[in-house]
Amino acid sequence: MGVESPARQKKRFSRFAIIESLLMSSPTGTHAEYLDPILIRHQHNANDLLQILIAAQDHYGYIHSDAIDHLSEQLKLPRSKIEGVSGFYSFLHLQANGEYRVLFSDNITDRMLGNIDLMQSMCSQLWIEPGKVSEDGLLSINTTSCTGLCDQGPALLVNNIAINHLSPERVNAIAELIRERVPVSAWPAIFFAIKDNIRRKDILLDSHLKPGSALAALLQRGTHETLHEIRKSALRGRGGAGFSTGLKWEFCRDAPGEQHYVVCNADEGEPGTFKDRVLLNGYADMVFEGMTLCARIIGASKGFLYLRGEYRYLLEHLQAVLQHRRQQKLLGNNILGHADFNFDIEIHLGAGAYICGEESALIESLEGKRGTPRNRPPFPVTHGYLNQPTVVNNVETFASASLIALHGGAWYAAIGTDTSHGTKILSVSGDCERPGLYEYPFGVTVAQVLADCGAHDTQAVQISGASGVCIAADEFERHIAFDDIPTAGAFMVFDQSRDMFEVARNFVHFFAHESCGFCTPCRVGTSLLSNMMDKLAEGHGSPYDFAEIEKLNALLQSTSHCGLGHSACNPVLDTIAKFRPAYDKRLAQKDFVPAFDLDRALSQARQMTGRDDTGAHLERSHEQK
Amino acid sequence: MNKNKPATFTLDGKTIPFSAGQTIIQAAMAAGVYIPHLCYNPEFKPHGSCKLCTVKADGRHTSSCTHHAQDGMVVESDTKEINDERRALLQMLFVEGNHFCPSCEKSGNCQLQATAYEMGMMSPHFDHFFPDRPLDASHPDYLLDFNRCILCSLCVRASRDVDGKNVFALSGRGIKSHLIVNAKSGRLADTGFSGEDKAAHVCPVGVILKKRVGFAVPIGSRSFDEQPISATPHPSPAAATLPPHPQVACPVAPRSDDPAATSDCERGLR
Repeated sequence: MGVESPARQKKRFSRFAIIESLLMSSPTGTHAEYLDPILIRHQHNANDLLQILIAAQDHYGYIHSDAIDHLSEQLKLPRSKIEGVSGFYSFLHLQANGEYRVLFSDNITDRMLGNIDLMQSMCSQLWIEPGKVSEDGLLSINTTSCTGLCDQGPALLVNNIAINHLSPERVNAIAELIRERVPVSAWPAIFFAIKDNIRRKDILLDSHLKPGSALAALLQRGTHETLHEIRKSALRGRGGAGFSTGLKWEFCRDAPGEQHYVVCNADEGEPGTFKDRVLLNGYADMVFEGMTLCARIIGASKGFLYLRGEYRYLLEHLQAVLQHRRQQKLLGNNILGHADFNFDIEIHLGAGAYICGEESALIESLEGKRGTPRNRPPFPVTHGYLNQPTVVNNVETFASASLIALHGGAWYAAIGTDTSHGTKILSVSGDCERPGLYEYPFGVTVAQVLADCGAHDTQAVQISGASGVCIAADEFERHIAFDDIPTAGAFMVFDQSRDMFEVARNFVHFFAHESCGFCTPCRVGTSLLSNMMDKLAEGHGSPYDFAEIEKLNALLQSTSHCGLGHSACNPVLDTIAKFRPAYDKRLAQKDFVPAFDLDRALSQARQMTGRDDTGAHLERSHEQK
Repeated sequence: MNKNKPATFTLDGKTIPFSAGQTIIQAAMAAGVYIPHLCYNPEFKPHGSCKLCTVKADGRHTSSCTHHAQDGMVVESDTKEINDERRALLQMLFVEGNHFCPSCEKSGNCQLQATAYEMGMMSPHFDHFFPDRPLDASHPDYLLDFNRCILCSLCVRASRDVDGKNVFALSGRGIKSHLIVNAKSGRLADTGFSGEDKAAHVCPVGVILKKRVGFAVPIGSRSFDEQPISATPHPSPAAATLPPHPQVACPVAPRSDDPAATSDCERGLR
């Protein structure tokens, strides 16, 4: 779109306002105009509810109450279900949320790069409070969980499109564009120029795999034989859990079912991880080829790529790659001329829910439901999508499978260590000179990675994201491997200037925000933990609170429904064990102090009266001691 | 497995027989052994969300309402460790909502309250969230007091699976999860809800209440005033028709090792 004159934009927007006001008062009929094409595209399939809602929201920036009437009628779903699903996902809104919806990425790496100051600056320029919609309905500004741009932060999403490298200048420019009501599609392209930042290539990132070559190798070698090669390669899932890929495929193949499904988990929500973003941008063919191999082996004709909502800007590119593969007979019916080889891939978008990275929650989400992890067993290999046998693998796992199909299992198994074969891609960010992607054979030491990325004076490294482990300097000779430090890929570096308590507090807030709310310990416990960490941060902490945090951690680990609750305590437990002084200095009080702060409770009254003098403050009782 | 010998597992040392497909809690209940629970109701498909029924099966924590019994399994339930965890989970539920037992119509028939007594919960322990949850009194015969909702989803399951109405659903996420009703107005009166529904009679706490019968049975004469929840095989929340009984006084002083502790009477457990 060319650059419009402000006058013309204003005219266009006022026309939009008139149309909207007409729609507001109109019955379902008008909503049918934009909803029916969406419904037809999804064949009125209620399993696609989340996808339908995401598309429906594009019209107003939120899901209109009348639109729900129409969807409810057309999809034969109760309204309560549609509202329940909408209410679960952070990126879906049931109320007007501004024409411009700005979400600042709030990972610890964004924090370290000053995202909060930048957000405050934008808020003050646009006369708005974080988390609220401006009175004229123009915009809202808030924070969101890590957007996967830690190597080029601070980052934000505006109407779900990512902007990197925020600086005061860039923030000023964005505020001006919003004030002038310039459509996001007409903003400077440089804002949206997301880089791959590949710093170290190994077998995967340096593979230049020719599309179709791995499939040709499969057809030549045979299906059983290819599965044998996958088993021989000892490839383990790259999403973090590390389950044997060959075994998973075999279990799924052998599971009885009307249909088998292949699902690629591209819901890369773990704070500090961004390798899948790069793989999907530059290596999508390899990923889709891996999925197609899997389909052939397990006997699936349909696959899904579940793409996190934060990566929506990759959708067009990925659709183009899929289309090209169809034209090349690498997808669709009669793949590479084989009459019994039919497989196609559909892309489903997430909508801002970290929990959907958990495979059974992801399947619930694919089925158009709230992303609540299922009770297991049964596992997805026997009861997955629509209760049919389903393989769910990480993006990197599928890409690696393509390499193995081409070069053989023995070749792959020879790389890495005795227990961890092949390579691992690390997403390096934080205090280092060269953040980005580093691919290493398994077994590389933390120290080696730190040297390669130009990290100095390093205090700690958080490996595998918020749910991973925090490594202190005396452990830097440890190895990246399943039997030492397993990782899904995040590698966040903190130098001596960083406060590790604040790192842990950021992660605890993250888990409280992302808890699905299904089970009591995680729903309530993550929020209690979050409040306790805030209490310590505010200087009200005593040894009593410290003991409470440890007790809460133990409870979450033993009684939570899924891995989110189990790992929500990891950052706290690790930093307590390794960076105790960061906590000790917060335990300012010898005796128990309630979290309730009488003086703070008066802040609203001070705001209302415009007073902040000493007479408007209470002396805190514990300060008198 | 010996064909002549029925399959069994041990629960706190006691041998419990079970049939294929039974969960731990089903087998335990059939054998008359109480395992604390809130979101589990034998009439509905297990959900596994409240985690009160957590036990240790062969040394590992698991929800006994969703975990299938296995021959020879060693299950621990009534142990200090597990009851301590259950008490903490109950405390979480108490601080998450607004539970003011002394003024609650459900007091004495409330499974949350009764389970808290059973587990010896003396205080809410944690800081209260005091959420803002407006009442819905729009329906002519029933009112919804969301303050007491523990998100067990029994009403959701009953309305969907038994009544075929989908009157209730959960919305939101995390600590902001909440119960909604199936109406554009968001009001119960505008749903298809009726007092005849199964969903009207499954709430284990005091969210779904019949109007104009409040306190018909005096506090002190209600189900769990008569006998503790552990002795009530299938606690029926609707059963409030027991003969009068003198009101139970608040019996126990707060634990002294807990600085956040206040007595039940003050905190409003009863």
